[in-house]
Amino acid sequence: MRSETFIWAAVVAIFGFLFIPIAIILLYAFSAAPIPAWPIAGFTLHWFPDTWHDEQVREALLLSIEVAALATVMAILFGALAALAVVKMRSASREVVSFVAVLPIALPGILTGMALASYFATWGVNLSYWTIVAGHATFCTVIVYNNVVARLRRMPRSLTEASADLGADAFRTFRLVQLPMMASAIGAGALLAFALSFDEVIVTTFTAGAQNTLPLWIFGAIRLGQALPEVNVVVFAIIVFTAVPVLLAQKLIGEAGKMAR
Amino acid sequence: MEVKTITPPIVQLEGVAKSYGGAVALARLDLDVRAGEFFTLLGPSGSGKTTTLRLIAGFERPDTGRILLDGADVARLPPFDRNVNTVFQDYALFPHLTLVENVAYGLRAKKMPKAQAEAEAEKALEAVKLGAYGGRKPAQLSGGQRQRVALARAMVNKPRVLLLDEPLGALDLKLRHQMQAELKRLQHETGITFIYVTHDQDEALSMSDRIAVFSEGRIEQVGTPFDLYERPATEFVADFVGTSNILGHALLRPEKVRLQPLDAPVPEGANAKPGIVRESIYLGAVTRYQVVLDDGALLAVMETNSVPLGNRLRLNAGDQVLAVWPKAAAVNIGN
Repeated sequence: MRSETFIWAAVVAIFGFLFIPIAIILLYAFSAAPIPAWPIAGFTLHWFPDTWHDEQVREALLLSIEVAALATVMAILFGALAALAVVKMRSASREVVSFVAVLPIALPGILTGMALASYFATWGVNLSYWTIVAGHATFCTVIVYNNVVARLRRMPRSLTEASADLGADAFRTFRLVQLPMMASAIGAGALLAFALSFDEVIVTTFTAGAQNTLPLWIFGAIRLGQALPEVNVVVFAIIVFTAVPVLLAQKLIGEAGKMAR
Repeated sequence: MEVKTITPPIVQLEGVAKSYGGAVALARLDLDVRAGEFFTLLGPSGSGKTTTLRLIAGFERPDTGRILLDGADVARLPPFDRNVNTVFQDYALFPHLTLVENVAYGLRAKKMPKAQAEAEAEKALEAVKLGAYGGRKPAQLSGGQRQRVALARAMVNKPRVLLLDEPLGALDLKLRHQMQAELKRLQHETGITFIYVTHDQDEALSMSDRIAVFSEGRIEQVGTPFDLYERPATEFVADFVGTSNILGHALLRPEKVRLQPLDAPVPEGANAKPGIVRESIYLGAVTRYQVVLDDGALLAVMETNSVPLGNRLRLNAGDQVLAVWPKAAAVNIGN
């Protein structure tokens, strides 16, 4: 079939366009030359231990993990509660609130970043670890919220009614019916939020003080043209740290979909 | 004539009204349900029967009026403070819990110890012939089995009133007939008052002690199946319950009419009108006819196929007949 051949050629071209640059960076992580150059002259593994022992990289990695973890915890709390509230609302106010709730992810990061920076400046809050967490929590919350809202909307109203009918008050219904049914949606949302926070640059640039997250460290290193082989190794690590949660999240969402009906 | 009962009704609705936005779902409803009754709310969709059930369950609050359960006004109480239980149309089984956990849910909410609650749940599952399935999840069951779990989950709490919202709607015909008998049996054995919502008039007639017929947020008539069928209070009831011929203000049910040859003698005190058979549908036990009378009226007639084969004149479309019915068979609507 000609049209099928054409479609496959297009698929290969698009995937190539998307993934070949990434593949090359991954390859460079094993290049023996101190400056990335094509063709690759020789292969080595020694950039990996070198990077691992780089104090700056280790600090940045630790900070990125901590920030992502804390932002995710806040996102779970705010996102899940917001979703529960929105699902209970009457249609008119629900539209307004759910629009406002997803704004942080629709707005350009540079806007969120600038707004937060000037807000912190106005109130005399020093940029720190915690301002980065707050910045990341804005868009992480939306991710969890979206996942949980989608789950709750698919959940028939009769389930919470049946629980109340059988003598359970609102808290018991939440604990025994809503929470267990939301759990995998919260888990998937949390994994996605973690991945998103881990490689975020723009909002972080505006909300970080002297701290370097891993993406900020890369940004600086490339701008200064320093430690380029280590950058390649760090990119390698970031791909692992973000791809694994995303894949896990997809699996969680898929399984929950099967269970729901 | 209404017989006054000494015991007060178990459920009483007094002047209950409910609107959604501007749309009136119920307009000042009054209703009494007696203890131990199988009481059916019958009507087309949107007539207010499900709203009435949800008001009694506590999922909705009335705009005005009182809802009395055993004489106490519960209209403002949440569902978990009312001693009624519901069987939902979609069953509403908790998908993440096993059948035993589902059935024990209400007992656990009332602080019964776990072991005892689960033992009771096992018993309740056995009563609906699902004793061997206690460890399974709802997704592993067929529709009919889920229906029985929903029933067990509600009845294990021994509610004062069991509310059933079109519980058999999703089942196929044969299963539905089985479950109708099963429900009647359970109601008889437990003595629990059933309030049953359906739009299926056959179901309502075959199961109920009394029926309330709903239309557009009002009750048209409350009565026994016999009352509704033989003495409908309004044209709506006459039309909704069974097949009807409306002649002026009188109702003539199709099975009360006989078709005979034009030259056959007409019995004393009977009406007789000539006409032509337009349609003849053989249904096994009965044959349904549509007859166009000479005055232009269309008459539905049902004859039982009780005459032995060969002895009977078969009527086909185009045959000339005499439609005959006792004068008393045509009853005035609203009497």
